[in-house]
Amino acid sequence: MGSGTDMDLSAINPILLIAAMIAAATPILLAAIGELVVERAGVLNLGVEGMMITGAVCGFIIAVNTGSPTVGFIAAAVGGAVLSLLFAFLTQVALANQVASGLALTLFGLGLSSLMGQSYVGIKPPRAEATPLGPLADIPVIGPIIFGHDLMVYLGLGIVAATWAVLKFTRMGLVLRAVGENHDAAHALGYKVKRIRTLAILFGGACAGLGGAYISLIRVPQWTEGMTAGVGWIALALVVFASWKPWRVLLGAYLFGGITQLQLNLQGAGVAIPVEYLAMSPYVVTIIVLVILSADKSRAPGSLGRTFHASG
Amino acid sequence: MKFTTLMASAALALGLAGGAYADGHEKTKVGFVYVGPVGDGGWTYEHDQGRLAVEEEFGDAVETVFVENVAEGPDSERVMTQMALDGADLIFTTSFGYMDPTNNVAAKFPDVKFEHATGYKRLHPNVSTYSARFYEGRAIQGHIAGKMTKTNTIGYIGSFPIPEVIRGINSAYIHAKKVNPDVEFKIIWVYTWFDPAKEADAAKTLIDQGADVVLQHTDSTAPQAAAQEAGGVVTFGQASDMGQYAPFPRVSSIIDDWAPYYIARTRAVMDGTWESKDTWDGIGAGMVGIGEISDAVPAEVREEALAMKAALADGSYHAFTGPLNKQDGSPFLADGETADDGTLAGMNFYVEGIEGDIPQ
Repeated sequence: MGSGTDMDLSAINPILLIAAMIAAATPILLAAIGELVVERAGVLNLGVEGMMITGAVCGFIIAVNTGSPTVGFIAAAVGGAVLSLLFAFLTQVALANQVASGLALTLFGLGLSSLMGQSYVGIKPPRAEATPLGPLADIPVIGPIIFGHDLMVYLGLGIVAATWAVLKFTRMGLVLRAVGENHDAAHALGYKVKRIRTLAILFGGACAGLGGAYISLIRVPQWTEGMTAGVGWIALALVVFASWKPWRVLLGAYLFGGITQLQLNLQGAGVAIPVEYLAMSPYVVTIIVLVILSADKSRAPGSLGRTFHASG
Repeated sequence: MKFTTLMASAALALGLAGGAYADGHEKTKVGFVYVGPVGDGGWTYEHDQGRLAVEEEFGDAVETVFVENVAEGPDSERVMTQMALDGADLIFTTSFGYMDPTNNVAAKFPDVKFEHATGYKRLHPNVSTYSARFYEGRAIQGHIAGKMTKTNTIGYIGSFPIPEVIRGINSAYIHAKKVNPDVEFKIIWVYTWFDPAKEADAAKTLIDQGADVVLQHTDSTAPQAAAQEAGGVVTFGQASDMGQYAPFPRVSSIIDDWAPYYIARTRAVMDGTWESKDTWDGIGAGMVGIGEISDAVPAEVREEALAMKAALADGSYHAFTGPLNKQDGSPFLADGETADDGTLAGMNFYVEGIEGDIPQ
């Protein structure tokens, strides 16, 4: 009905679209890869959203005051990690329930960030420059798609690769997985379960903080209360659907970010697909793809979410 | 532990009762339910300014409470119920999606007055509805947008496909088209009132696709930041002035001024004169403000916009004046005919010339 079939796909610039897809995927990717490490160590931290928003505000404040987005990102990682330390204290020292502590962390992070950010509303942050890759960025088509991004995009990919390699090939990864699969056995073998888990939680907090700062410093860029608007929860779900595997987290984050951008572009171009379907497509497609992939025998880490107490 | 808690609450209750006795009457308690954070810089921010104005006006005679970031739907019902149980006398629920929850809770608390913003259901004698004629402001935006676009492409970020948003799109389009017959609207629905990242993405998409004016019906300033980043793109403050992005990209704004209404309704509750009614005020009554038109707008366009504002305010011009057809070509308004409030309140069609379908 109507004259709504007049679509104009030529309005979509594929190079800009792919750049936008990557920008949309990066915060989810960073938060999810951090949470993956935490969960592989057997800890369920539902505070991702709270750590992200704390990272977003810390990164923003420091970037504005120092004029350097790089220093801002470092501050964001520190901010996220410091907040996660609270979770580590509650769950590893006080042996509090992980689900409740994680939810509390999210609420606390949202409140703390709006308090910290009160005088930063409406301020423009310093601009993050594209990574200086020299002549590579000048290659037609491929240049802007692959080499035209800010440093955080490559850092995100690097963290995924490093996480995969460490978990799969190193002794450190093996120990982390052992702690996550069976903390009693790992403890009996002499591994410091709580110390390892605390370090994993800190890593997760730092990654979530980076993801949050990517939103406040690059994707939007501004500070607004509650601006992560649920990205942390999507990252949490992504880890589960990705069967706790780093490359699947990457695939899921890029699928989700990609389809989110694609559907906005299709709407703008007037494609005759009902908007409701377009709007739900990122969730549906990502879940379907990852569920099909996880048809193998992958499962959650054995000790996930269970409190460890070294009793005898 | 239990005993001390009991003692504490007893002491608290005595204290409150004592306070009430000393004053001769209890404080009037006014609650506000917000869909976003008070720091969104837009919609919720302005409602909270209204709340603060109530506090300022009545001082110690009132107590206000608010809950922010309340999801539309069942969760809001819980929040409203809690407010009513906590002794609120008057509760303002400030988003369209609170319509059914407001009426449901009102049925359970007949002594509490409820005021629902932008809705149309008043199922109980203790429910009022109120809204502002934002479409009047949209007419002025459309005029400026139509004059200022060079690409003849105007982007529009829609939140939810409800009559209020569709009215705004139609009003802006009618007035942009009137001054620029080549103008085209690109509309993206984001299905959220507040999600800065998604709003920024939508704005960037529209800009990437050639829009050099971006209108938004979402609550955050993220589209303003995206336009500023892109450069050369005109925006308008939505719900609040968003003056931190003036003089460019933000060239003007629609400002919701709820303060006089909130004060009047609170007073009515205090006087015992409150009754259920529907209020729909526009520029004339001051509920819709037009933020300063910046120097980025050519002088003659500003004059025209201000003249339209004056005509809308004194009622000599209606934003929906025929001849107008609906999108499918069927007649909507005859020459000189203006739309009645019933039609406007339930508007679920685009006017002729807008492309695309409204999501059902």
